[in-house]
Amino acid sequence: MCGIVGLFLKKDELRPQLGDMLTDMLITMTERGPDSAGIAIYGDETDGMVKITVQSDTPAEAFADLDAAVCAVVDAPVTIKVVDTHAVLTLPEAKAKEAIAVLEDKGLRIMGSGASMEIYKEVGLPKDVAARFGLRAMGGSHGIGHTRMATESAVTTMGAHPFSTADDQCLVHNGSLSNHNQMRRTLAKKGVFTRSENDTEVGAAYISSRIADGATLGEALEGTIEDLDGFFTFVTGTKNGFGVVRDPIACKPAIMAETEDYVAFASEYRAFADLPGIDNARVWEPEPATVYFWER
Amino acid sequence: MEKTPHTPPRDSYTFSNAANAEIRRAAATGIYDIRGGGTKRHLPHFDDLLFLGASMSRYPLEGYREKCDTSVTLGTRFAKKPIELKIPVTIAGMSFGALSGPAKEALGRGATMAGTSTTTGDGGMTEEERGHSEKLVYQYLPSRYGMNPDDLRRADAIEIVVGQGAKPGGGGMLLGQKITERVAGMRDLPVGIDQRSACRHPDWTGPDDLEIKILELREITNWEKPIYIKVGGARPYYDTALAVKAGADVVVLDGMQGGTAATQDVFIEHVGQPILACIRPAVQALQDLGMHRKVQLVVSGGIRNGADMAKALALGADAVSIGTAALIAIGEQDPKWGAEYAALGTTADAYDDWHEGKDPAGITTQDPELMKRVNPVEAARMLRNYLNVMTLECQTIARACGHNHVHNLEPEDLCALTMEAAAMAQIPLAGTNWYPGKPGF
Amino acid sequence: MTTTLDLATTELREVNTTLQAAAKGKANEDFELTNPRGAHAVAVGLDGPISVTINGSTGYYCAGMNKEATITVKGSTGPGVAENMMSGVVTIEGDASQYAGATGHGGLLNIKGNASSRCGISMKGIDIVVHGNIGHMCAFMAQKGNLVVLGDAGDALGDSLYEARLFVRGSVKSLGADCVEKELRPEHIEILKDLLEKAGADAKPEEFKRYGSSRKLYNFNIDHAGEY
Repeated sequence: MCGIVGLFLKKDELRPQLGDMLTDMLITMTERGPDSAGIAIYGDETDGMVKITVQSDTPAEAFADLDAAVCAVVDAPVTIKVVDTHAVLTLPEAKAKEAIAVLEDKGLRIMGSGASMEIYKEVGLPKDVAARFGLRAMGGSHGIGHTRMATESAVTTMGAHPFSTADDQCLVHNGSLSNHNQMRRTLAKKGVFTRSENDTEVGAAYISSRIADGATLGEALEGTIEDLDGFFTFVTGTKNGFGVVRDPIACKPAIMAETEDYVAFASEYRAFADLPGIDNARVWEPEPATVYFWER
Repeated sequence: MEKTPHTPPRDSYTFSNAANAEIRRAAATGIYDIRGGGTKRHLPHFDDLLFLGASMSRYPLEGYREKCDTSVTLGTRFAKKPIELKIPVTIAGMSFGALSGPAKEALGRGATMAGTSTTTGDGGMTEEERGHSEKLVYQYLPSRYGMNPDDLRRADAIEIVVGQGAKPGGGGMLLGQKITERVAGMRDLPVGIDQRSACRHPDWTGPDDLEIKILELREITNWEKPIYIKVGGARPYYDTALAVKAGADVVVLDGMQGGTAATQDVFIEHVGQPILACIRPAVQALQDLGMHRKVQLVVSGGIRNGADMAKALALGADAVSIGTAALIAIGEQDPKWGAEYAALGTTADAYDDWHEGKDPAGITTQDPELMKRVNPVEAARMLRNYLNVMTLECQTIARACGHNHVHNLEPEDLCALTMEAAAMAQIPLAGTNWYPGKPGF
Repeated sequence: MTTTLDLATTELREVNTTLQAAAKGKANEDFELTNPRGAHAVAVGLDGPISVTINGSTGYYCAGMNKEATITVKGSTGPGVAENMMSGVVTIEGDASQYAGATGHGGLLNIKGNASSRCGISMKGIDIVVHGNIGHMCAFMAQKGNLVVLGDAGDALGDSLYEARLFVRGSVKSLGADCVEKELRPEHIEILKDLLEKAGADAKPEEFKRYGSSRKLYNFNIDHAGEY
């Protein structure tokens, strides 16, 4: 049970303000999710390079000389950006698999990877989570944020949203899935594994697995309506776009706003109150069982 | 001449007489069995726990002389006006409609005499009830029958019903026989129809929305009234934690033995957990959030006497609530109506067709003639007596365990008689220091 | 005299206390609220003939349980606007989110824009006029009152309906269980005429179709079990 925010910029000149705008939206959703908060931000990318976001509860030791250690194994240039409990390692795309294996071996938690996506999430109030990662200063083309009121799975970093189950893909969710255990087993038979007990991660893995099988993001989102049971509003990010889908019953709140500058999503209108030009924006609620998608 | 030995007739355990009768009934009518009351199957219950009492290592208190307090305050977290009760047992929500006016009046009078609260139900607040209840909890239900801001303000507490033990995940039912003109008027329904209440609230879903609903209710009532959240015994750890996160002052947890006016038998018998299994996870959730004794826990479902009450308190509840037992105390299923129960094809103790409105005791009915059989003043006295006995019994046990307040009863005062009870209540099996699932074994 | 209360600088509790006290005093006062910025539970529980204008959009449960007060929102409203309203008039110049007028017992809810899903759910006597379209599952289990829609209705209109009357001028995507089209009789024209006038709606009663309960679900019948 949660609060969701999302912002997709249509104009590059707004990119430096993305973090600032998203942070205010995120903090407004505190009451809906005081347990943990997270954000996926689609920022700068370098051709042929991948960014891997990792987390550690003991960052000082875990991140010390981590770039050198990974470099030694993958035999390629590796840079590291440490942000509180998270670190983003940048290295050649071709070495991503190898690098992730090394990082997992060292007991680091993989938050996600991709050309442009970085994921930051921790336990705590949204304002504190935003402050420790310096979310306000982050720039980018689009981002998705989430505040969590944990229902059945634990209040941990790994239980926080967004969930990423493939490169540059992430998902946040408001609601509660009722067939996630069955779906988790079905996906596992196909070799698709999840890292947490969280229902949302299964939703993310379902979408990634459909895309890996050749479906478009739109088709994968359509699939959630048929194959996932329960109550959900999903907001999903990809390298170039972001999508929204609600279950057919559509009880969980969802509201969207669009101007010439941006498309915004939130669980409540409150999150839009500070957005520039909101008074003249087109504001509407996504229909049930309908996929919405924006791409750059 | 010797007879060839025959196998004597042997009944099937699986296809028992009762199972076969139900198959025939379903085939004949095409509708699931609807009934009132609570589960009838055998369940691990408080009977499977015993108190250890004091002897050498602990000292007992003298009965009647040395003080053993029973007072409890509900709603100390946010409400400006918490509810102070003399005894830690309240009367659970039962609707006017399910019960007759005189029965509701008797509950109000009896509870007031005993120093405790009673609760409305699906169908709004009546004058009989408000007028005769010093402390009245107003239920806020998915149907919102009769809901209005005036009654909200003249209530002493508000209980948001998310679920009940008899049917977690289900809505209420009141069949046509009981939708009389007065009941229909209060509910804005046509007379005589089957009323099917919704299972979800019409204007919120989930704890994140509930938090905002609670804000609205507090704003309408000047932040005075304690807000209770009632849940059926389904996933007690999560449900309790989420009720706390949504902003509850009190969590009411109703085990599967909790009764109901009418629902499907399959729901009553097959959905939910016994209250014995629900209390420890709920208390654990409160403790994990640092809220035990700050957000009060009221438990219900099959509470019958002071021993049940004492055991529930020892497991960590702040109070218990009774429904079925209160009805029996005011005359429900009284054997004196045996002939009339027999005419309905049942016996006094087995009677469960509360939804048909033909209750000879005049309690679960809207029949004007039958309901005259309840004398609210006399019935109230019986309820008062019964509540007093329960409380005295609970005090007797608490004193024997060396406690000067019934809330000082603790899990360590108990032992379990069966493996099931030991596992469910996390109480060591008698004679051991072990229960199934205990860490370190 | 109009009193202005700024929600950006005044606590919600103080705003509602002020409005509730004025309403109780039956002072016929006018209030203007500024900077609601999607706040929840604004102007709830009013009980008296005051007039409140809210300049901007509100969150959940604006005007909840209203009695007698006239509340106008110059913006859009979040879920459950005017929920369980008893009397008075609530006007929304923009759109209303889901559950508008839920379980309302009386009064007029006038939505100038669109209303999303479950508008008039479980309504118990309220009149709701929506100038735009409505979403899915509107008037679910509606018991009493009138829902008038100038635009189109979404899926499953009037599912498990009791005695509420539904009037739709545009298309209906689908009807819910037990909801059927019914004859628009002179008495319905009168009801519509009155409501359209009160709501300031530019439409003719004759343009509407009426929907109501076929009453097949009123008492259990095995032959309709599929609709349960």
